[in-house]
Amino acid sequence: MSAPSIPAELAHRQAGKGRRRIDRGAAAVEIWLRAHTALVYLFLYLPIVVVVVFSFNDTHRRVTDWDGFGLRWYGYVLGNVEIQRYLMNSLIVGLATGIIATLFGTMAALGLQRAPKWFRLPFDALTYVSIIVPELVIALATLVFFASTIGRDGVITSITGVELGFGYHTIVAALTLFNISLVLLLVRARMAGMDRTHVEASFDLFASPWRTFWQITFPQLLPAIVAGFLLSFTFAFDDYLITTFVNGQGTSTLPLYVFSQIRRGVTPATNAIASIMLLVTLGLLIGGQYLLTRNSRRSGGAAVGGVVGMVTEQSGG
Amino acid sequence: MATVTTPAPKRASSAPRFRSGLLTGMLILPAGLWYLVLLVAPIAIVIVFSFGQRGATGGYGGGFSLDNYATVLRRPEPILTSLYLALVGTLMCLLIGLPLAYYIATRAGRRKSLFLILLVIPFWTSFLIRTYAWLMILGQTGVAGFIGDLIGAPGFRILGTEWGVLIGLVYGYLPLMVFPIYVTLERMDRTLVEASKDLGAGRWATFRQITLPVAMPGLISGSILVFIPMMGEYVIPQILGYGQVFTMGNALVLRFLESRNWPSGSAQAVALILVMLVSVTGYLWYLNRGRRDRDVSIL
Repeated sequence: MSAPSIPAELAHRQAGKGRRRIDRGAAAVEIWLRAHTALVYLFLYLPIVVVVVFSFNDTHRRVTDWDGFGLRWYGYVLGNVEIQRYLMNSLIVGLATGIIATLFGTMAALGLQRAPKWFRLPFDALTYVSIIVPELVIALATLVFFASTIGRDGVITSITGVELGFGYHTIVAALTLFNISLVLLLVRARMAGMDRTHVEASFDLFASPWRTFWQITFPQLLPAIVAGFLLSFTFAFDDYLITTFVNGQGTSTLPLYVFSQIRRGVTPATNAIASIMLLVTLGLLIGGQYLLTRNSRRSGGAAVGGVVGMVTEQSGG
Repeated sequence: MATVTTPAPKRASSAPRFRSGLLTGMLILPAGLWYLVLLVAPIAIVIVFSFGQRGATGGYGGGFSLDNYATVLRRPEPILTSLYLALVGTLMCLLIGLPLAYYIATRAGRRKSLFLILLVIPFWTSFLIRTYAWLMILGQTGVAGFIGDLIGAPGFRILGTEWGVLIGLVYGYLPLMVFPIYVTLERMDRTLVEASKDLGAGRWATFRQITLPVAMPGLISGSILVFIPMMGEYVIPQILGYGQVFTMGNALVLRFLESRNWPSGSAQAVALILVMLVSVTGYLWYLNRGRRDRDVSIL
């Protein structure tokens, strides 16, 4: 009985000594952690703040020479017919990709739930491949594919005699690939957290599957579907890499214009366009994130990860 | 009663099963077609082309040889540059991301979701805009000029060097490192740390023996998620490296677009994916060597 009491007392004394020794070090660690976090957030937001601030620079000289606050460049950008057309193209590509990816991605998520395992496994593998393969490789492979099928010397062109060529259809088709997978993962994650009892109750009350879907399942999936649409719109609206390879005559988008501008040097006008793009996508994103977290029963912390959280949880193994 | 109800479920169960199979197929069909036509077919074409020869006017001219792969091996500089940048970039993300994830998971308290939202916002805003912003910050009128004055070297540059590209890479992909680490630390049993301290372990010992092993799966998937896109990055080296830091991405675009040598470009694309697969597999093998209990995979 007396044997355990000695080590216990010893351990207690040791711990006490340890605590006192640690205290000063612990305070230093806390300060360092806090400073590190603050610096990282500064690092993350500095570029975005710089773009927005210098878009209000009322200067004709270099972009970083501050000549006072003004909306001159917003007037220039919004009044420029060429830029309006690029913005229009970006909106068309974003909307079309968003609608197609959301529709087909949601359908696939619903279908896969009922599909046999031998089908689901390879399908899932393709979903992950479409997300993991670098965008550049997808972009170049898609370019080569379109060029050798519907391009000028393509197989389909020479058989049918009709040259489909490059344009909105190739941009939207290529961008939809990644976004179908994105919507699929979002909707499926939502399904996994869904309450089955309502569906069962609905069937017990002799509702048809069709009615059960629209009255029970669909409303529960809606936040994921809306978030999926907003995210795929944003990705397509912002996309540079795929679009630059598969666009056609007159279907150049805003990011392509921004890229061509910065190669000649950043101007306040570039910053104004960028700020408008930030406004569009951030507005939609905050809306989407709000929808995603509002109805989720999990704590805000888990849901905030959104798509990243889901992809990383999947890939964590 | 019984005679009426018994046949009914039979008919009801067979007809909907047929329709349900058809419905399932119809639901999956569009996405499946998309995967086949725009993912499987293009990648298959790239693999086939990689063994061929350049056509007379560019493009693909048929044939079968390993010449394109020999060319990739003869000029490995772009692969090595990409590999080096991705490795250093991943390490930097790890060093910056781990303390940040640790802080959010254990110290942020009720403001946790705010910290996470602030981490998500930059990640989902235009990659292009966030990258070119560094042109204004790191240029001669910015950080590089300041450092140049400080050390008395007026020609000091960051843009157009590997450092410029690395800053862009770390900036672009840091959130992808932080999220998985955060998820694992968030789930950690905090009483383990208390127990370790009560047993007299120092802060460093506790971190090394408790926190780090718990965070390991997050560190691993974070590293992979960051490493893979860094390997294939094109926009960042193009903008912040002025195209002078010659990566795999630059080499690919040059082959495909400027010299229109599809077979050679295809071989490089296949090589890029192979290098990625080998590095990731090797990394996982190294971490799993000698143990059976921890099985980590990317899928």
